[in-house]
Amino acid sequence: MLLLNNIEVIYSDVIQVLRGVSMQAPEGKIVALLGANGAGKTTTLRAISGLLRAQEGKVTRGNIEFGGQRIDNLDPENIVRLGIIQVLEGRRLFRHLTVEENLLLGGIARGGIARDLEQVYEYFPRLKDLRRRVSGYLSGGEQQMLVIGRGLMAHPKLMMLDEPSLGLAPLLVQEIFEEIKKMSEREGMAIILVEQNARLALKIADYAYVMENGRVVLDGPAAQLAENEDIKEFYLGLTQVGERKSYRDVKHYKRRKRWLG
Amino acid sequence: MNWQLLPQFVVTGLLAGGPLALTALGLVLIFKSTYIFNFAQGQLLLLGALFTWWFAVEAGFPLWLSIVLALVFSALLGFGIERFALRPMTGQPLLSIVLMTLGLSQALHGLALLFFGGAQRNFPQIFSAANPYKVTTPFIYNDNPIVIILKQNLVWSFVIAILGVLVIGAFFRYTHAGLAMRGASEDHELAQSIGLRIHRIFGVSWALAGVVATLGGVLLATSSGLDLSLSVVVLAAFPVVLLGGLESIPGTIVGGLLIGLSQGLVSASSLSMIRNTSEIMPYVVLLIVLLIRPEGLFGQKRIERI
Ligand SMILES: Nc1ncnc2c1ncn2[C@@H]1O[C@H](COP(=O)(O)OP(=O)(O)O)[C@@H](O)[C@H]1O
Ligand SMILES: [Mg+2]
Repeated sequence: MLLLNNIEVIYSDVIQVLRGVSMQAPEGKIVALLGANGAGKTTTLRAISGLLRAQEGKVTRGNIEFGGQRIDNLDPENIVRLGIIQVLEGRRLFRHLTVEENLLLGGIARGGIARDLEQVYEYFPRLKDLRRRVSGYLSGGEQQMLVIGRGLMAHPKLMMLDEPSLGLAPLLVQEIFEEIKKMSEREGMAIILVEQNARLALKIADYAYVMENGRVVLDGPAAQLAENEDIKEFYLGLTQVGERKSYRDVKHYKRRKRWLG
Repeated sequence: MNWQLLPQFVVTGLLAGGPLALTALGLVLIFKSTYIFNFAQGQLLLLGALFTWWFAVEAGFPLWLSIVLALVFSALLGFGIERFALRPMTGQPLLSIVLMTLGLSQALHGLALLFFGGAQRNFPQIFSAANPYKVTTPFIYNDNPIVIILKQNLVWSFVIAILGVLVIGAFFRYTHAGLAMRGASEDHELAQSIGLRIHRIFGVSWALAGVVATLGGVLLATSSGLDLSLSVVVLAAFPVVLLGGLESIPGTIVGGLLIGLSQGLVSASSLSMIRNTSEIMPYVVLLIVLLIRPEGLFGQKRIERI
């Protein structure tokens, strides 16, 4: 449904961040987009959602198609109306508004239908109890549920989640990921899941891309990537003997190895 | 203190706070949605009154129609300002944008002078100047109950102004469009990410600010006359908004009443030196309140998360 064809992105006319990224996201599937900090994951999402413009960024090469239509020069408002929602990283809320007002705003581009609230509460029952609460005071996990629920209110065909697990306890992340999986199956939604936490992401994803320095350096079915030695070492933080190792330690050596042969 | 006149001055002061609140509302509307402090609000108010005067006196339309036309014109003016002066500055530092509104205030002032001239105008009377309301208070002075005399104009301006604030407040609170405006004001990028058309929303905010300014301008001009100096009433509205909290609509009412009251109170003094401080009273009150509550009485405490 979504197709990125060799796109390049430049910020402020000089800073090139994406150097030819191609990927796709089919209906009803979860695609994980992995990579370390600064790899260009968020930039890729912004290119799709049209939010690049507010950051002085531009798609200077390649093209983006959604349902057969080119979208790489549309305004974010219109891209949302085509059915693409980017859930921004960092659990961005309208902090001074209540939970329910946040949700209603999520549906407002479609005319804000209150009945859709129930659908969100089915996935995240906790939000129903909190619906009159000012959202800025929710816990991190509740806030994450709220931003995903708000995305769902738009009834998107493609939902892009930017690091939903950041700073949350593993159990909570698992709970949220399960709901994400359910959502993609029940609503037939395509999901792009941006994560640094590769292990959890690969568990629910169908397919995955790994980015480094503005390029896709590896892609494949999630199950296959989870078995890949490089991935294990870089992104799951496991060496062959099973001890944790930081990505940084192995990065230079490994990257050389990959590019040289 | 002149005790006999005190009730009179208190009530007059409070009533004068109504139009102040309405004037402050114009500033709050813009600030709420765009984080811009609009220094041109006074000129919008002046132009609104001038439009009304022109339609009613020069073009000879009925007064109600003139006011409606002026409201439409000032809404368009608001839209235009957002579209052609502010939108091109998107992404510039906030200070530049605020300075832009300062420049706009001068430009609008110049336009007012050019098109309407600087003379004192006879603004149409909306409320009868004869037959002021006489209210007998329960207070006794020298064995006689104190009677206060209220001009019709003062009372009705108050009622209309407060109604105006309440209607706009309800619009923000209870409508989808109002919710969208509150959302857009909090986080522009987030608002765009969920599909809000933020520039259209800003345009509507400016149009509303123009409408509110015109309403205030008409009410003020009908009681105090119309010339180019009408725009300085915003100077008294600045403390009102800071007092009430920059993004609080109910705050404008409380701020307006407080400032009006403070001016009424010093006017009741028997010492001429204190009476003469009435002009600077708004700022004195402002200083005191801000020292105690920097976010204003009803301002949002920023909710920050770690
Ligand atoms: N608005 C911007 N202007 C200039 N450079 C940016 C901007 N946003 C991100 N970058 C740069 O682009 C690179 C990729 O950033 P980003 O897409 O946020 O990576 P990720 O989401 O993978 O951590 C980083 O080096 C970052 O500094
Ligand atoms: Mg990122």
